[in-house]
Amino acid sequence: MAKDRTKIDFQKLEELPPMVQSLRSMAANPTGSWRNLKPVIDLANCIHCTICWKFCPDAAIDWVDDNPVINLDFCKGCGICAEECPKKCIEMVKEGK
Amino acid sequence: MKPTLPLEELMSPGHLACQGCGAGIAMRTTLKALGRDTMFTFPACCWTVIDGPFPYSCLEVPLLHMAFEATAATAAGIKAAMNALGKDKTTICGWAGDGGTFDIGLQALSGAAERNDDIFYFCYDNEAYMNTGIQRSGATPYGAWTTTTPVKHFKKEVKKSIDDIVAAHKPPYQATASVAYPEDLYKKLIKAKDIRGFKFIHIISPCPPGWKARPEDTVKLARLAVQTGIFPVYEVEAGKYAQTMKTPNRKPVLEYLKLQGRFKHLKEDDVAEIQRIVDARYAELEKRFQGC
Amino acid sequence: MKKVMMGNHAISHGATLSRVQVIAAYPITPQTQVVELLSEIVADQKLKAEFIKVESEHSAMAACIGASSAGARAFTATSAQGLALMHELLHWAAGARLPIVMADINRAMAPPWTIWTDQNDSLSQRDTGWMQFYCQSNQEVLDSVIMAYKVAEKVLMPVMIVLDAFSLSHTYEIVDLPDQALVDTYLPPFDYKYKLNVNDPHTYGGLTTPDWYMEFRVKMQEAMEQALGIIKKEAVEFEKTFGRRYDPVEPYMVDDADIVLVTSGTAASTARFAVDQMRKKGKKVGNLRMRLLRPFPFADVREHLKNARKVVIVDRNISYGYHGIWAQEVKSALYGHSKVPVFNFIAGLGGRDIFPETYIDIVNQVKKMKKPDQELYWVEVKR
Repeated sequence: MAKDRTKIDFQKLEELPPMVQSLRSMAANPTGSWRNLKPVIDLANCIHCTICWKFCPDAAIDWVDDNPVINLDFCKGCGICAEECPKKCIEMVKEGK
Repeated sequence: MKPTLPLEELMSPGHLACQGCGAGIAMRTTLKALGRDTMFTFPACCWTVIDGPFPYSCLEVPLLHMAFEATAATAAGIKAAMNALGKDKTTICGWAGDGGTFDIGLQALSGAAERNDDIFYFCYDNEAYMNTGIQRSGATPYGAWTTTTPVKHFKKEVKKSIDDIVAAHKPPYQATASVAYPEDLYKKLIKAKDIRGFKFIHIISPCPPGWKARPEDTVKLARLAVQTGIFPVYEVEAGKYAQTMKTPNRKPVLEYLKLQGRFKHLKEDDVAEIQRIVDARYAELEKRFQGC
Repeated sequence: MKKVMMGNHAISHGATLSRVQVIAAYPITPQTQVVELLSEIVADQKLKAEFIKVESEHSAMAACIGASSAGARAFTATSAQGLALMHELLHWAAGARLPIVMADINRAMAPPWTIWTDQNDSLSQRDTGWMQFYCQSNQEVLDSVIMAYKVAEKVLMPVMIVLDAFSLSHTYEIVDLPDQALVDTYLPPFDYKYKLNVNDPHTYGGLTTPDWYMEFRVKMQEAMEQALGIIKKEAVEFEKTFGRRYDPVEPYMVDDADIVLVTSGTAASTARFAVDQMRKKGKKVGNLRMRLLRPFPFADVREHLKNARKVVIVDRNISYGYHGIWAQEVKSALYGHSKVPVFNFIAGLGGRDIFPETYIDIVNQVKKMKKPDQELYWVEVKR
């Protein structure tokens, strides 16, 4: 049921629906390039509390096998996860470092 | 540890919200509570843009974009159609910003509340017309800078009490919530989903660019708004008030104000005035919480 | 079954026979009986529908847009100030491609306060993307509602049924109420391919860049062009089913007419009466009644005016600083196709009666002129 996450390129009028209708998911739009700082998780200190996951405004942290996994294709680098982490085990580091 | 909210995401990443947008957290949490059998209508608001341009959307539920002042009436129309088509189980939601709720959409909101239409009306409140570039709204608090209340002439009017306006319609359910407490919002929506009639949910939703705050402070600000008593979090069920996030030792408003550039110009007297406004409002609400 | 009824009740019966599923309306004189009767029909469960008694016309149209988007057949009715308040959402309904049907009782715009007829309210909505059907009898009103849904749902564009305040809305005439079973064979249930659907979720009306906005406007125009053909086809279908026919324009003794009066609404039936009187006196006068404003029937207008030596458009409306609005439309259709002189008379604003003598005076005046020496002529103005 999940929407198609690929881009769509219309060529001409006939391909369009009669009205403006969404046909694909915004997951076709990686927003990772917005980021200046990226979160790096020190899983050794993680207590698996899910706080970083639940506060992510971009749904860019996946919860996999009881661990947070940052999806860097989409993470905009807002830093809420690092700020809210009770164990301070997420560090925001400059991109490219 | 078991996550406190369902893992299923009905909001995709890749949307166009600014970094640290509170409205992103608000929508994500709301969808976790309401699930797939849900439809939305949005007026003009930040979410018009956040959802994504044609032919994309970040939502996995149906959404009808609509005009600025039309949210509640549109949701009522969708609901009527679903009833007529025998699909009355689907949850129908209007989802509007503070401008679309406090100001231009107030008439339609009042109409739907008075008719007790069986819909959710959500207001994600970032306290100004953020999508058009930070102009003051009826939700902008006293003292705030916006582009139409410049520093020298900061906003002198207090925030309109939309919750009291809605309460005057005596809806079966209304609640305030903060993006700092997603579990509280989730619990309220799970409960309200089964209540027939008009349901009003008012969510404080910090806006880093509009509040001139750091994006990482969004949740902290949403928490401080509650802890200072600036945005008390409660619910009203059939007229009965209950404070769902207790604040026995309220923090001084300054702790909240000082993290935001929009209040940077305020002098001690101004801060004291805000403290007075907040204290008075809080005292009023406390009486209702105690059932007086 | 034949019944005597007012025009407003003809609308209500038309909506009921069309099995509308959601009605959202706000009262305004002279529309009130439309929704009063409908609210009773719905409350008595004679029609399985939801009636939302909204707090404004803006919300009425918003609710119709929501309901239509969710796949229900939606209906509303309004007039004048109410229609003007809806203006924003008229664009929305058309742009969203929703086959909503609305009745507009033509009432003059305020100020000054007035409740009587003229066409400035509906004609001001000309460019919103709504089809507009101008009616001259209560039977036509009822039939037009049914036909409107058929056409609207085929091309996914909304329709406005237009009728004069009081001279139709509150005038009682004999109306043949068609059998429900017959209407059901003509008008199948609304099955909207693009409805809001939790099992196939889409977003509608999202932000669209200059890359594609224009293509959606081309699609609207194509739908309107297609609608004209469908309206003509449906006129035949409707006649086969119900024995009554409604074409985009209705010519009356135009073929040999030297002077053709171009009119619309109830003023058209008066014009016919005047034509009969003038014909008795040997004057070669005809009448062309305009039923469609949008989509505009260019070819029909050209065809029926091709023999005329003078065309006289009598407008119950005005575009200030220009002239009558139907005159603008008809002139534009004739431009490059005909050299016939076109005269424009403005009459009957704010509900002032247009009598047969009014037309006779107009024709006498036109007879004296080779071509118009003014852009417009006022009729029966106290100077």
